[in-house]
Amino acid sequence: MDSPGSQAIDCDVHAVLPSIEALLPFLPAYWREQIGQTGFKGPTGRWYPPGLPTSERPGLRPADGSPAASRVEHIQRDVLGQAPHPSHAILNCDCAVESLHNPDAASAVSGALNEWIAAAWLAADARLRASIVVPSQFPELAVQEINRRAGNPGFVQVLLPVRSEAPYGSRNFRPVFAAAARHGLPVALHYGGLPGNPPTPVGWPSFYLEEYAGMTGVFQTQLISIIAGGVFDEHPGLRLVLAEGGFAWLPAMLWRFDKNWKGLRREIPWVRRPPSDYVREHVRLTTAPADAPEDPAQFRDVVAQLGSDAMLLYASDYPHAHGDSASDAVWSGLSAELRGKIMSANARALYKL
Amino acid sequence: MAKHIVSTVAEIPPGTRKLVEVAGRSIGVFNIGGEFFALRNRCPHQGAALCTGQLGSAVTSPGPGRYEVDRAGEILRCPWHGWEYDVRTGQSWFDPKGVRVKAYETAVAPGSALVPPATGLLPGPYVAETFAVSIEEDYVLVEV
Repeated sequence: MDSPGSQAIDCDVHAVLPSIEALLPFLPAYWREQIGQTGFKGPTGRWYPPGLPTSERPGLRPADGSPAASRVEHIQRDVLGQAPHPSHAILNCDCAVESLHNPDAASAVSGALNEWIAAAWLAADARLRASIVVPSQFPELAVQEINRRAGNPGFVQVLLPVRSEAPYGSRNFRPVFAAAARHGLPVALHYGGLPGNPPTPVGWPSFYLEEYAGMTGVFQTQLISIIAGGVFDEHPGLRLVLAEGGFAWLPAMLWRFDKNWKGLRREIPWVRRPPSDYVREHVRLTTAPADAPEDPAQFRDVVAQLGSDAMLLYASDYPHAHGDSASDAVWSGLSAELRGKIMSANARALYKL
Repeated sequence: MAKHIVSTVAEIPPGTRKLVEVAGRSIGVFNIGGEFFALRNRCPHQGAALCTGQLGSAVTSPGPGRYEVDRAGEILRCPWHGWEYDVRTGQSWFDPKGVRVKAYETAVAPGSALVPPATGLLPGPYVAETFAVSIEEDYVLVEV
């Protein structure tokens, strides 16, 4: 996707923790000893098979065998140093802290991850910003972690894995949204998560393909839950980012959601406007992967059906390569004004950059 | 436009309704606390017999988990898809300006004023079928 180069903002870049040892300097003594003596490795699960090109573009792995995107130099070379030469990149570190059942471990690891992000990334390059990693399965502890990081201007949003043990609109998660809103931070729901329950509402899939392709259903469920639960009614200033979830599915979901709201809205009387109104005001979606038509005219239609030119945020999804169907040529079919918003203006407004 | 005699007042006690045919239209006549309102018996969505739907309260909320009910019996819900209408105005709840059902003016008049040769009034079906207007009763009129 072409762009006015230095203005672009890359809204989904992965920072990969190479191993739990990288966190040792940032962990309390107790957890350093536990890791050293018990073999506890922190969250070990991954939701991206590390050897697949979708998880790491071929040729990116450093000679020492460490993962791509595990050092700031990788991102300086592969993201900031490449077209569209973004002026800023937003780091999302997915580390499965939600898979830890020990609340103190989850809290300690989340805190150490954020310390590591601040020291190894944010302090190393002023163009980087990051999402706050939180133990999302323990809302009270997540709130504490948000409060600890919110003073660092390098942290510009709160990261929640899109998979969770209950829908995010349910009341038990409300303190997390309240904390984000209080600090003026958007909340990003990002692909993945290892909350312990299946990634589909009908049980465990057999194949990674099923899980990856089907994750749009999880995004839809969370979005419906958050709006029905009244999160945006309680926090009118809150913004929600859906990252690495695609966006072409959204118009159809909104048609259905609006239609059913008309007859069922008595259940949720705090929702006073059609759900699509809330989405267009509060929700942003990253462009990678696009999952959109390859025909430029159809692509323009899908983007128009979103109903707002303020919703899309450019993202590279580095170091992943999900084989986007939306080629540069397809993006070029959008108006220059809209491309400018997607590449830059929408993110600048969202993250106050 | 003409005023049609559609019912005696006594036949539609407060909280009830009566479906009538006036000038080829099916119309629901509602008594809310002694006031009469008339709506076209056809949901603008897909044509359901709207006036046969449930009457409920206006449900509002100052925020999640808080439910406030007001105006009991004044909100009509379509039997097909639950779209809500204000019986007083015909306006839908979700889009008051854009989606509404036709509301007709109503009036109440004593039989003594309706017995011919009172002018400007057409007999409603109530009269046309079997009923002669009596000077002892009050009547509901709908303007169509």
